[in-house]
Amino acid sequence: MAAQIFSAIITIIIGVGGAIAYFWGANKLLDLIFPSRGVTGMAAVNNLRRQGLIRPWLFIGPALLILVVYLIYPVIQTLYLSFHDRAGENFVGLANYSWAFGDREFRNSIFNNILWLAVVPAACTFLGLVIAVLTDKIWWGTIAKSLIFLPLAISFVGASVIWKFIYEYRGDGQVQIGLLNAIVQWLGGSPQVWISLPFWNNFFLMVILIWIQTGFAMVILSAALRGIPEETIEAAVIDGANPFQIFWRIMVPQIWGTIAVVWTTITILVLKVFDIVLTMTNGQWNSQVLANLMFDWMFRGGGDFGRGATIAIIIMIAVLPIMIWNIRQANKEGGH
Amino acid sequence: MATARGKSLLGRFGVHLAVLVFVIIWTIPTLGILVSSLRDKDQIIASGWWNSFSSSTQTEAGRLPAPESQVEKDGKFVIEGNIFGDAPAREVSAFGLRSAAPTQYAVGETADLGDGVTLQVNADGSFVLASPVAFEGTRGQRIYFASSAPPRFTTENYETVLFSEGIGRSFINSLTVTVPATIIPIMIAAFAAYALAWMRFPGRALIIATIIGLLVVPLQMTLIPLLQLYNGVALFFGVPSKTYLGIWLAHTGFGLPFAIYLLRSYMAGLPKELMESARIDGASDFEIFLKIVLPLSFPVLASFAIFQFLWVWNDLLVAMVFLKTDASELVLTAKLNALLGSRGGDWEILTTSAFVTILVPLAVFFSLQRYFVRGLLAGSVKGG
Repeated sequence: MAAQIFSAIITIIIGVGGAIAYFWGANKLLDLIFPSRGVTGMAAVNNLRRQGLIRPWLFIGPALLILVVYLIYPVIQTLYLSFHDRAGENFVGLANYSWAFGDREFRNSIFNNILWLAVVPAACTFLGLVIAVLTDKIWWGTIAKSLIFLPLAISFVGASVIWKFIYEYRGDGQVQIGLLNAIVQWLGGSPQVWISLPFWNNFFLMVILIWIQTGFAMVILSAALRGIPEETIEAAVIDGANPFQIFWRIMVPQIWGTIAVVWTTITILVLKVFDIVLTMTNGQWNSQVLANLMFDWMFRGGGDFGRGATIAIIIMIAVLPIMIWNIRQANKEGGH
Repeated sequence: MATARGKSLLGRFGVHLAVLVFVIIWTIPTLGILVSSLRDKDQIIASGWWNSFSSSTQTEAGRLPAPESQVEKDGKFVIEGNIFGDAPAREVSAFGLRSAAPTQYAVGETADLGDGVTLQVNADGSFVLASPVAFEGTRGQRIYFASSAPPRFTTENYETVLFSEGIGRSFINSLTVTVPATIIPIMIAAFAAYALAWMRFPGRALIIATIIGLLVVPLQMTLIPLLQLYNGVALFFGVPSKTYLGIWLAHTGFGLPFAIYLLRSYMAGLPKELMESARIDGASDFEIFLKIVLPLSFPVLASFAIFQFLWVWNDLLVAMVFLKTDASELVLTAKLNALLGSRGGDWEILTTSAFVTILVPLAVFFSLQRYFVRGLLAGSVKGG
């Protein structure tokens, strides 16, 4: 154990130290080659000018290099691969795309993704809004918010274990150690293997994401609610509006922009959800989704890069318009 | 007026109640694994964790001592002892002789085994097996019994997962991945953001636009080409394709557009006069960056650091693609995923491991909640 910790520390120091060494060293080197101090007259001016030409690229160089290698090149290459066969060698035209739309599992994934898109963003936003409004009214609201917000810090895999324990199944008549089946049995029902019930299992997986993301919606909407001018609500109270009217007619319209941002942010997340499905069912019992299907094809039977890339492109096409809208909205709100 | 006040009192009570219900629903799942991880492993499967404070009843099978331990007493052959042997005694409520009826006899009752053989088991586990003729054979009598054990809480599960299940090792691996994968992108992004905010060079606007454009790229788009690239580099240089350096750079790449976007907009908002007066004093951009901009940008750096740290710590996808699946590089999330497959029903292992993996995020969350919320508000546009 001690040896492992030691080697981990060394590895970390090498990694972080390397980055520090580059920035410090490169800038020192520039100062050495074109000194601006200790020289006078034209030489100093020239050297300063040269420094000014080179230094921005020292600063931004690593970022540009990494962005090109890790994002720009892969995007182009994925597009290229989606028109090629499994090893990426022979051009196959649109064969991967026509395969995808004819594949039962792919169509099932699309169907499930649409289901997720219809349920999860709406549920998170609605629950988040309700909780934000309610917690604003009570003295222990901050504590309540912290506790509801907490699952957001938990990994999808950790959350999957937590919920798998809740869905745990034991035969009829046995002691149930899964909370859900215990409740069902207590109510007189018979226990179910929840995650292998086709169609309905999708909803049991969605609950996990809703549990995680409601806190996100709540925090952002809560900040927006606090920005609503008091006078508008007071005016409504004086006019005799009831709490529901205040909520739906006065508050919701004023934070509509934020609601949309929360909704779309969760929508993007849903399109990329992978961990929950992998750990809970790995796509069995008709619970497959696109992101997990893509991962599956990356390694299935040694990996089919053509099909995997095709699914990635389809995810990208689905995410793109929402993402663009979202960034625009964020820029507008941020005032940039 | 009176009715209105009554209504609002009722309404206020309703608000408290509704929030309480939400809080309970949201905390119970996590509470479940925390409580379970501290329970005795036999008790986890014997009763639900919500019953963990009451005694749990379980049915067990055992074998009485072999006939060689019999003694002759009052003309009878007797085997005496305790069904728990040397193990700590529990309270026995019933016993039986067939697996189909493990609780046929109540404690204290005398069971008739036929041919005059009798068995009596007491609540403390002591038993008397008596027979008019000598017992034969080498194996003892099979016995079933229901016992209830007092609630037992222990940290044994934590010792098991940390030291023999490999979670301890994975914890170190996770740190090895996460710490540099948080610090490296911050450094690279901070320098780039400063250049984009305060330095003048050709192509600056184009670079800013490109970086904002890269925010939209989903992680899935990059995985296959990068996997190919890593394999190619590994083959060409004769080095392993799955290394810590590889995953640091990958996480750096995926975090950079968001980091630069976030840091640049913050740095661009810093007062211009500060930079100009420093420049007049002869400070180079490197010095201005280190001594003025970096300290002033602390809040946004902290927000991004927390966001990136949690993102990397909780990531499974990137770790599964870019790291080896053996003990030397398996991070916590991947280890937990592997345990779900190999130790599917061993809830003492799974709940404890899950709790270990969420421990660090929870600590970060509770200690740095303010920065976390701010990072989150800004992070709603992260592409990765």
